[in-house]
Amino acid sequence: MPAVSKGDGMRGLAVFISDIRNCKSKEAEIKRINKELANIRSKFKGDKALDGYSKKKYVCKLLFIFLLGHDIDFGHMEAVNLLSSNKYTEKQIGYLFISVLVNSNSELIRLINNAIKNDLSSRNPTFMCLALHCIANVGSREMAEAFAGEIPRILVAGDTMDSVKQSAALCLLRLYKASPDLVLMGEWTSRVVHLLNDQHMGVVTAAISLITCLSSKNPDEFKTCVSLAVSRLSRIVSSASTDLQDYTYYFVPAPWLSCKLLRLLQCYPPPEDGAVKGRLVECLETILNKAQEPPKSKKVQHSNAKNAILFEAISLIIHYDSEPNLLVRACNQLGQFLQHRETNLRYLALESMCTLASSEFSHEAVKTHIETVINALKTERDVSVRQRAADLLYAMCDRSNAKQIVAEMLSYLETADYSIREEMVLKVAILAEKYAVDYSWYVDTILNLIRIAGDYVSEEVWYRVIQIVINRDDVQGYAAKTVFEALQAPACHENMVKVGGYILGEFGNLIAGDPRSSPLVQFNLLHSKFHLCSVPTRALLLSAYIKFINLFPETKATIQEVLRSDSQIRNSDVELQQRAVEYLKLSSIASTDVLATVLEEMPPFPERESSILAKLKKKKGPGAVSVELEDGKERGDYLSHSNGSSTPSPSADLLGLRSTAPASGATPSAGSLLVDVFSEAGPSATSAGVNDDGFLRFVCKNNGVLFENQLLQIGIKSEYRQNLGRMYLFYGNKTSVQFVSFNTTVSCPGELQSHILQLEPLVEGGAQVQQVINIECLTDFIDAPLLNIKFRYGGALQNISLKLPVTINKFFQPTEMAAADFFQRWKQLSQPQQEAQKIFKASHGMDTEVLKAKLLGLGTALLENVDPNPENYVCAGVIQTKAQQVGCLLRLEPNAQAQMYRLTLRSSKDTVSQRVCDLLAEQF
Amino acid sequence: MIGGLFIYNHKGEVLISRVYRDDIGRNAVDAFRVNVIHARQQVRSPVTNIARTSFFHVKRSNIWLAVVTKQNVNAAMVFEFLYKMCDVMASYFGKISEENIKNNFVLIYELLDEILDFGYPQNSETGSLKTFITQQGIKGQTKEEQSQITSQVTGQIGWRREGIKYRRNELFLDVLESVNLLMSPQGQVLSAHVSGRVVMKSYLSGMPECKFGMNDKIIIDKAGKGGVTNEAGKSTSGKQSIAIDDCTFNQCVRLSKFDSERSISFIPPDGEYELMRYRTTKDIILPFRVIPLVREVGRTKLEVKVVIKSNFKPSLLAQKIEVRIPTPLNTSGVQVICMKGKAKYKASENAIVWKIKRMAGMKESQISAEIELLPTNDKKKWARPPISMNFEVPFAPSGLKVRYLKVFESKLNYSDHDVIKWVRYIGRSGIYETRC
Repeated sequence: MPAVSKGDGMRGLAVFISDIRNCKSKEAEIKRINKELANIRSKFKGDKALDGYSKKKYVCKLLFIFLLGHDIDFGHMEAVNLLSSNKYTEKQIGYLFISVLVNSNSELIRLINNAIKNDLSSRNPTFMCLALHCIANVGSREMAEAFAGEIPRILVAGDTMDSVKQSAALCLLRLYKASPDLVLMGEWTSRVVHLLNDQHMGVVTAAISLITCLSSKNPDEFKTCVSLAVSRLSRIVSSASTDLQDYTYYFVPAPWLSCKLLRLLQCYPPPEDGAVKGRLVECLETILNKAQEPPKSKKVQHSNAKNAILFEAISLIIHYDSEPNLLVRACNQLGQFLQHRETNLRYLALESMCTLASSEFSHEAVKTHIETVINALKTERDVSVRQRAADLLYAMCDRSNAKQIVAEMLSYLETADYSIREEMVLKVAILAEKYAVDYSWYVDTILNLIRIAGDYVSEEVWYRVIQIVINRDDVQGYAAKTVFEALQAPACHENMVKVGGYILGEFGNLIAGDPRSSPLVQFNLLHSKFHLCSVPTRALLLSAYIKFINLFPETKATIQEVLRSDSQIRNSDVELQQRAVEYLKLSSIASTDVLATVLEEMPPFPERESSILAKLKKKKGPGAVSVELEDGKERGDYLSHSNGSSTPSPSADLLGLRSTAPASGATPSAGSLLVDVFSEAGPSATSAGVNDDGFLRFVCKNNGVLFENQLLQIGIKSEYRQNLGRMYLFYGNKTSVQFVSFNTTVSCPGELQSHILQLEPLVEGGAQVQQVINIECLTDFIDAPLLNIKFRYGGALQNISLKLPVTINKFFQPTEMAAADFFQRWKQLSQPQQEAQKIFKASHGMDTEVLKAKLLGLGTALLENVDPNPENYVCAGVIQTKAQQVGCLLRLEPNAQAQMYRLTLRSSKDTVSQRVCDLLAEQF
Repeated sequence: MIGGLFIYNHKGEVLISRVYRDDIGRNAVDAFRVNVIHARQQVRSPVTNIARTSFFHVKRSNIWLAVVTKQNVNAAMVFEFLYKMCDVMASYFGKISEENIKNNFVLIYELLDEILDFGYPQNSETGSLKTFITQQGIKGQTKEEQSQITSQVTGQIGWRREGIKYRRNELFLDVLESVNLLMSPQGQVLSAHVSGRVVMKSYLSGMPECKFGMNDKIIIDKAGKGGVTNEAGKSTSGKQSIAIDDCTFNQCVRLSKFDSERSISFIPPDGEYELMRYRTTKDIILPFRVIPLVREVGRTKLEVKVVIKSNFKPSLLAQKIEVRIPTPLNTSGVQVICMKGKAKYKASENAIVWKIKRMAGMKESQISAEIELLPTNDKKKWARPPISMNFEVPFAPSGLKVRYLKVFESKLNYSDHDVIKWVRYIGRSGIYETRC
């Protein structure tokens, strides 16, 4: 760049600027600017020819005035004139003005483009550079249109100066980012890639930015760059620090170039060529080795440059995730940084370790640093580093160290920053659940969690405890005892009261034997918290009370007294009042049996993805996803939905009774029609998402919700005729973001044939799409077809596999027959392999209506007055397959006293008997 | 009520800061500086709300006076107070400038203590303030003097002390008006009003009772109906009475009497004070007529011709006449020719300024200018801002006339005839614009 000669100092400009700086007020400044503008206008009037110097000076002044925030509407012409000057400074100012003040004025653009073209084709490298800089600075579409063809030529031409090549590469990068459709590399691709071999390091550095950008868009075209990049990298890494002269930065050879090379390599999978791969591994090893060497300089720039390369190398190693040796070394290297003086290094080390922890090779290595990380969590001053430490602890947790980590996190929680508490709570809850070996530890942990950070414990966490306690009978007694003890603290969090109310209501009887926790003591303990709680909690407590009446008849009088009190029965809150009234009536009118049925222990919850995990995902997931939160009370909602009633307060409900019959006491049978009746009666009622268990729910029904999570809801509607079936799947996008590459496939067992109509790959946010599957049953079968759904949500690939609820009984054709007929056929099918029998305990209530509904749902005909014992049910049907028809007879004998069923099935084919029997046994 | 008062210099540095209420914190000082004084866009509204705090400001040359409050105060009251405050300061130390404020800051705090109590405005009458706040340092005051001041300040007539004696009883009456106009190029009046003040300077002995009369329509009608035989009044009432739209009086005027009898009677404060303020919109005498003629010759040239005509008695002389002709933003050169006065293109203000020292009534004068324009890329048309004018004339454009000012002092023996009275009319231009 030519030196600025003294004559180019532009005194006038300096004077003007100092005048402006000295202005006392805004008004004075505006006056001075107006005066200057008038002066420039009179100079630009055109009657006198201005020399290049004054033109440059005035254009400079205009630029300055523009940058102060005033409108400039003249002087463009003079600036364009400057472009054709032969003096560097004049040309430079002209380009500066154009880049800052360009507007899409057609005639001017033409002139500017012309001037740029002239400069590009000139042999003067500085002029070419100026023109390229201008194109890059403007970067508009018009510029791209005019020069996108020209620049690659300059970039790869053999006779172009190195400095021009650098500018051209960066200029092209800019144009490509602005309008990728106009920059077509096609023929230039290989020559651009070969720039990596250029002698001049500057050119390589500039070119690699361009290549990285291009190859991230179309990796295949630029595949060849991998080997070149590797060899370049190895040359840099193995060179002595003095070799590269200008490109050595504080004893580190070409740090920027190295980082960029490493980043380019992260666009590609590990190289397949063994030699290349070996060389790369060698490079990475050298980088790791160098990190171990003592620093050559005490300057911070030296260590920064070195660490930049190291971290880039580590992220490449993580990206490849295939070299256990390197992964472990990287982990060890990072481990040293964990206690480094520099906060930034500690942060970066923790962050990288987080990703390392998820790799199977380095997980163990990461775990060795647990003490250091825990220490960081406790002693670190910077909150963002503490957050990373917590993340890493979460990531490195597994069964072996869960107890330690959870304990540490719990103890940290007491002092944690408010901003990360909620996330910490969720993480503790998830880890506790995921790695719980014995569930009493789990219960202890969560109760501790509620005690320490009650405010941050979201609903999901305590729903989950209750789900787990209900599903595991081995911890129920322990949970009741612990909760009872926890509640004895003078001040306990409302969430604790909720958990306590629920668990004591269900399992209070398990600890009632101890005189210290006799029923009345339990009740009084709960009721002492009642007045301090919010309405939803009170509602839950009321439900717990009515459960107490069932569990401990001796408390009935006390509880009725409580329910009858004005503060309950005349409560201003409708929900509380309704509960109080209904429970009071229920307890006074219904007989003990009815009460026992209505207030039966909650059935186990279906297993599914932990709702807490879902919540954590949502917290970190892309965008705000509006999701109905799943919770433990779906059954309560379930009832209210199917009854078409609207109870707006979504409170956790023990009974799910809250909106059944208006006076449930008067019609106790309505109350005892538990869950599944409604699921059948209600037309395609909305139910909560169940993954594999959902399959079984569809044995006796054809419509409903098959699957539901935070993103997607899948509803199903199916119809069957003879051996053919048609299934409608409704995919509902529950988010506000569209799903892309939405794709579904069905894999069928050989006995079934299916035909699926493909869908559009896009599902808009909030939209629902329908898909039809046609199924033909060739012969009898056991395995259900699998539905596989893949889509991208916010860049993350989601993959869901579901069993489609196609079971053999769907192809039943009901057959009516008289008693004599039935028994005749029954006897015909008397061979032992034709019969399948099961005796099992009732898992739901033994209600006549429910049973009948289920048997009808099975697809068979329910035969009345056939069996001499009216308690028993008999059914008959024919299973239609393409190959054959299989007659099938069924007998179900309930035993109300023992709560047992005996189910007998006879059919002409042994596999069918067995399968139908297995399916049906799960239903009662 | 007022929470605090700050005075800033042009850089936004605080010169005076007086906080009356606890709800105003120190950050309010910065909030005003950042959001108003140093605002990116010039703040034109005198009232600014920042974070539930209201700032009322006026600007005097380079000085910002800002009142801060968190309550819902009467904005008109606040501005009245600010103007009064400016008047008081001006009467103590002349021009309000950074220098003067720095030199008198003890005095200003003293004044602020007196005229605002806990955010409620108190006596702001310069005359009475001067009796107990002086710039001469602490005067040894006797007990009697002190008790006299106390009884006077707290008494019924707080604005005048007793026992004033003058050898010559003299009073000066100034009618000061500013006339505002917006006229179309064709000479049609689009809007016009006069806002006027009657300022009095009285040097009267004792506790005189004054009665002021002017040619207000209602007063004269009332007098006519009341059957007061006043020949002069009757003969003039038909023609020369004027319609006053609204008026306000100094606190010394007995409003009850004005309401019942339409007579303006008062015991005047000593020294200079503003007796009344008024506004009229009808039958305004416009002292000057501006006839513009603008012709665009092609894209690069503009010819402007402006004629001004004086429209009052030939015997009167208008002074300090200034006509301001805006020029387009792309002006590159101006040639001006004028018969009378001096004209100059002021690039810093984007206007041609034409100044005439004196001009008699019923005369006319003209200026013509050739403006060269630079062709620009902008297609924006020049907005043609109006031509504005400044002047001073020795009559009241509203037509207001002082009919009498009678002075009665029963205790001391001087009669109305012994008082020397001076009346002066000055009409100035307010915003006096003609579109072109």
